[in-house]
Amino acid sequence: MVDKSLELFDCGHRACGGCGPALLARLILKGTGENVIVVASTGCMEVFSTPYPETAWKVPWIHSLFENAAAVASGVEASLKHNNRTEKVVCICGDGATFDIGMLCISGAFERGHDITYICYDNEAYMNTGIQRSGATPYDASTTTSPAGRLSTGNSLPKKDLPPQILNAHGASYVATASVAYPMDVMKKVEKAVNTPGACYIQVHTPPCSTGWGGFDGSKTIEIAKQAIECGLWVNYEMENGELTAAKKVRRIPVETYLKAQKRFRHLFKPQAVTEEIAKIQAIADANAKKYGIDIERNE
Amino acid sequence: MMQIMEGSHAVAEAAKLCRPEVVSAYPITPQTHIVERLAEMVADGELDAEYLCVESELSALSVCLGSSAAGSRVYSATSSQGGLMLMAEVVFNVAGMRQPIVMSIANRALGAPLSIWNDQQDSISLRDAGWFHLYGEDVQEMTDQHFIAYKAAEQHDVLLPGFVCFDGFILSHTYEPVDIPTQEEIDAFLPPYVPYNKLDAKAPISMGMYAPPPDYYMEFRHETDQALQRAGAAISAAGKEFGEMFGRDYSGHTESYRMDDADVAFVALGSLCGTVKDAIDEMRADGIKAGLVKIRTFRPFPATEIARALAGVPKVAVLEKNISLGSAMKGAVGPEVKDAVTGTGIDVYSYVLGLGGRDIRKKDIRAIAALAEKGVGNTFYGLRTEVL
Repeated sequence: MVDKSLELFDCGHRACGGCGPALLARLILKGTGENVIVVASTGCMEVFSTPYPETAWKVPWIHSLFENAAAVASGVEASLKHNNRTEKVVCICGDGATFDIGMLCISGAFERGHDITYICYDNEAYMNTGIQRSGATPYDASTTTSPAGRLSTGNSLPKKDLPPQILNAHGASYVATASVAYPMDVMKKVEKAVNTPGACYIQVHTPPCSTGWGGFDGSKTIEIAKQAIECGLWVNYEMENGELTAAKKVRRIPVETYLKAQKRFRHLFKPQAVTEEIAKIQAIADANAKKYGIDIERNE
Repeated sequence: MMQIMEGSHAVAEAAKLCRPEVVSAYPITPQTHIVERLAEMVADGELDAEYLCVESELSALSVCLGSSAAGSRVYSATSSQGGLMLMAEVVFNVAGMRQPIVMSIANRALGAPLSIWNDQQDSISLRDAGWFHLYGEDVQEMTDQHFIAYKAAEQHDVLLPGFVCFDGFILSHTYEPVDIPTQEEIDAFLPPYVPYNKLDAKAPISMGMYAPPPDYYMEFRHETDQALQRAGAAISAAGKEFGEMFGRDYSGHTESYRMDDADVAFVALGSLCGTVKDAIDEMRADGIKAGLVKIRTFRPFPATEIARALAGVPKVAVLEKNISLGSAMKGAVGPEVKDAVTGTGIDVYSYVLGLGGRDIRKKDIRAIAALAEKGVGNTFYGLRTEVL
């Protein structure tokens, strides 16, 4: 059982107000408990939580490079296994480290089937370096390397659906998505993953990056995160041994509500609505809803 | 026990005797025979280690880093491109994180153009990464250097990783008589690894933290440099102790051969030293007073020892199986030797030779001595001018 009172991620770190990843770090450690070793990739969380000589981590924590957390975790796990140690090994890495630069190491670790849980905190761009697009950036989001302009409506590629699908295809014992909007769900999924033998993957939507997404106050984190789920652009689901076993159902709202609140999509509404592009984003949400069966029917 | 053994297999035996808990490697020519043999040892129950077949060299060393941080003695082996160069970012990181990892380097050229053959460009290119570098002349020496490397690396006033380098194919694939110590002997020489600190839920620490500029970063770099200087003393002490136990002394970072009264001295690393010694014997027989200073420890650079060994020699020829492209002396080792003898009036020249596996013969060594006598150096030696 998750001990909700457990506080293993200390206050005093350097995250921005309303930071989704900071909330998530706290929730993850409630889910893992104290008997854990955390492996981090380079990124916002690493920087804001460990400004030498201070650290927010009350559990063992190691950071090596941007792209190699899954390999470092493989090594930690191999050492623990050899010495019959019981600590759980958990990677906490951003979406750039996961979707893009770290995919090779992740593939290797999941193929070998190490007893690790890899958690991606997905704020949908390279935030630490100043909001550049990653493979996790959604369609039409304006970032510093996919700026909206006279000839562009922002990021021209859809958000990669790859990590959950690809790791499921690797034979991962447990694959799940979650959102900081639902803290109990996050803790429960983390607890489940660390207690499932083999390599497990959880991708957590950690909006907002109030700096990177822009346009709203840091106090709106949970509200915006919920809207992402309610419109169908983010789906919370679980896959166990390759099968979809759960998906959070919603009474869907139009994507406009979610998009309008964020500066990164402002170009779709001002100076005038770009209806054709909004329709494309709505279609992505509709496809998600169909794929995961998340729509609550009228009579339910 | 004295045996006839392939160099790679002798290295694998040495790695096994050091009792690594985790072995992680990716196959790369000419390192492959080492990791294949270790895999057999694990498969046959001769070696009780976690053997991780990883998907890249980047992961090979990253896995070692994780295991080492968790408190295990670890081993890896690599070579050249795909290999050492792909893991370069981790190589720097491991030193900064002060993990005493030992890795064998079967030295090989770097592309382009592709060459699988020997020179020392790969390890020399990573001379500034914070690892100590040992170079072996023959199978016996490179085997023994693994025991010394672990012993030195794990000293708590060192805690730095080390390369044990040996020439690919020339040593890795050559059968030579080699004395392999027993497990009991190595257990007596190399006690179990006692980490200074490790990842442990009972005593949490953070490793690999962010150093906010500009308050701490330079001091970390300074401390790593200090530790690498101390590694020199630790290597020497371990080499001396090894000599006392096994009769093969490695207390010196260099080895002098017929240097008394030498008029011309060669400086070289690795297997080439064997050829140079034979050439020196011939030259001495012909009345040419030549000698050799073999560099066994390239990092930390044994400048004082080299200056002492070269004292009074008018001409020094540094034989380089590397090219520092665009540099004045061409080789990377020459400027350091020159610096070591600054103010003594000794003339130091670099000769880049043997790249990509080109053969080096005794007559080449004699020819280089003649060039040094004439003051001609800092050049490639043995170019096929007809194809230029």
